[in-house]
Amino acid sequence: MSSPFLTAVNISHTFHDLPVLENISLEIQSGGFVALVGPSGVGKSTLLRILAGLLRPSSGDIHMADGSRQEPIGLVFQRDNLMPWRTVAENVRLPLELMGVNGREANGRVQAMINLVGLVGFEQRYPAQLSGGMAQRVALARALVHEPLFLLLDEPFGALDALTRERMGLELLRIWEAMPVTVLLVTHSISEAVFLADEVLVMGSRRPNTERPATITHRIPTGLPRPRDLAMERTAVFQDCVTAVRAAIESGV
Amino acid sequence: MNTLRTQPTWLTAVISFAFLILGWQLLVTIGGYEKFILPGPLDVWQQLKIVVGDGRLLRHSLITISEIIPGLLIGCLVAAPLGYLLAKSPLAERLLSPYLIASQAIPIIAIAPLLTIWISSVYWSRVAVAALVVFFPILINMVVGLRSVPSELYELMHVLKADAGQIFRKLEFPAALPVFMAGLKIGATLAVIGALVGEFVQPQSRGLGFLLIMARQSFKTDLVFVILLTLATIALSLYGLVALLEKRVLRWKLQK
Repeated sequence: MSSPFLTAVNISHTFHDLPVLENISLEIQSGGFVALVGPSGVGKSTLLRILAGLLRPSSGDIHMADGSRQEPIGLVFQRDNLMPWRTVAENVRLPLELMGVNGREANGRVQAMINLVGLVGFEQRYPAQLSGGMAQRVALARALVHEPLFLLLDEPFGALDALTRERMGLELLRIWEAMPVTVLLVTHSISEAVFLADEVLVMGSRRPNTERPATITHRIPTGLPRPRDLAMERTAVFQDCVTAVRAAIESGV
Repeated sequence: MNTLRTQPTWLTAVISFAFLILGWQLLVTIGGYEKFILPGPLDVWQQLKIVVGDGRLLRHSLITISEIIPGLLIGCLVAAPLGYLLAKSPLAERLLSPYLIASQAIPIIAIAPLLTIWISSVYWSRVAVAALVVFFPILINMVVGLRSVPSELYELMHVLKADAGQIFRKLEFPAALPVFMAGLKIGATLAVIGALVGEFVQPQSRGLGFLLIMARQSFKTDLVFVILLTLATIALSLYGLVALLEKRVLRWKLQK
């Protein structure tokens, strides 16, 4: 087993005197793919923002593998959040511009990323001219163009239709396998979490009749082999895992 | 933003203008008004030829325009950074916004005489009035524009380790630009009003405002009409110029 990429110890967070997160500890292996599920409003996005370094937790520590704290990370939201005044290629180039990578090298990396997410021919389009699925691919390309070590996805496919969502999941796996990146995916789709991740973390509250403060109540390894394909969704291993995650979510609240 | 751009074709514009002139002439003919109460279109046309011919209209117009443009620019240059400060600093907003809003409750015509007391130069006191009128809409649009930047884009910039300068250049400036340009269009027409108010308060022998006062005092109502039409033309041209600039800098908005 590889060394842990990220270790969070006893993270608690209080928002305006309201305890939101309580004693959350978790470990993500280097190059791992972890999914975070739980009922809406449970604080999944808050935890993601803490792990992204956007939010300082009220207490607790986060350790990351040497030097990775300073590295820019990759971030994708539910809404694509592309800059409407930039073309597809310019949006993908943004992280490189901020890091001072310019010229031919930047162009090459942008083009390679656009190839990888299958948007060849759309480089000069503006976000308003793209479908939801295409815009989300651009957001994914923007999150990965600077080759981050850590990719955080906050319900990235939540606004897409079921078929596009499935295809995007497969593409994400393909890209993840081609890059040395550690992924944390927040989702409200149990089957998506089981299909994509090595391990599913279930968030909920240990107290009856309330969602707050939330903690990680279950860790469920999916046990599915890689590479994954859609046929695996019909296997008993997959179905059992989905059932286990659902039971964990229901018992947790 | 499309409501102002869905212009009628030039033909309908010509027809509606023709009807306006016809209605105007009918009103004069049927009403039988004296020329100093309501001059007809032909009287105004004659007067226009006179003041264009002797160069008076151009001379006074150029002076007024030379007050409008610096007024607009100075108003922008003061309002835009202040708007940035108000949008970014809650403390600055709490400290300043009550005064800014209160200042808008006082009509410009009441403040203008004060400015002429404080600024001895006739020219600069007029520019100051124009700048003051422009100031508020630019300020408000700057604040609204900056507040419209999605918080998730700020988060994205932070995880990419962008510094404050990069956040301004690559996120805040382009994101606020559409709303700022809308404010600039309003400001452009208001600058015309501001310069004219400045000239009314300081009507020292030059500018369209001075000419207007002279025309009214000597009951040359046809000349008043000529000046009003000139002011409207200046305002429309300025608005058109800003709209053109907007089209250039917001080219991405035109893509379908």
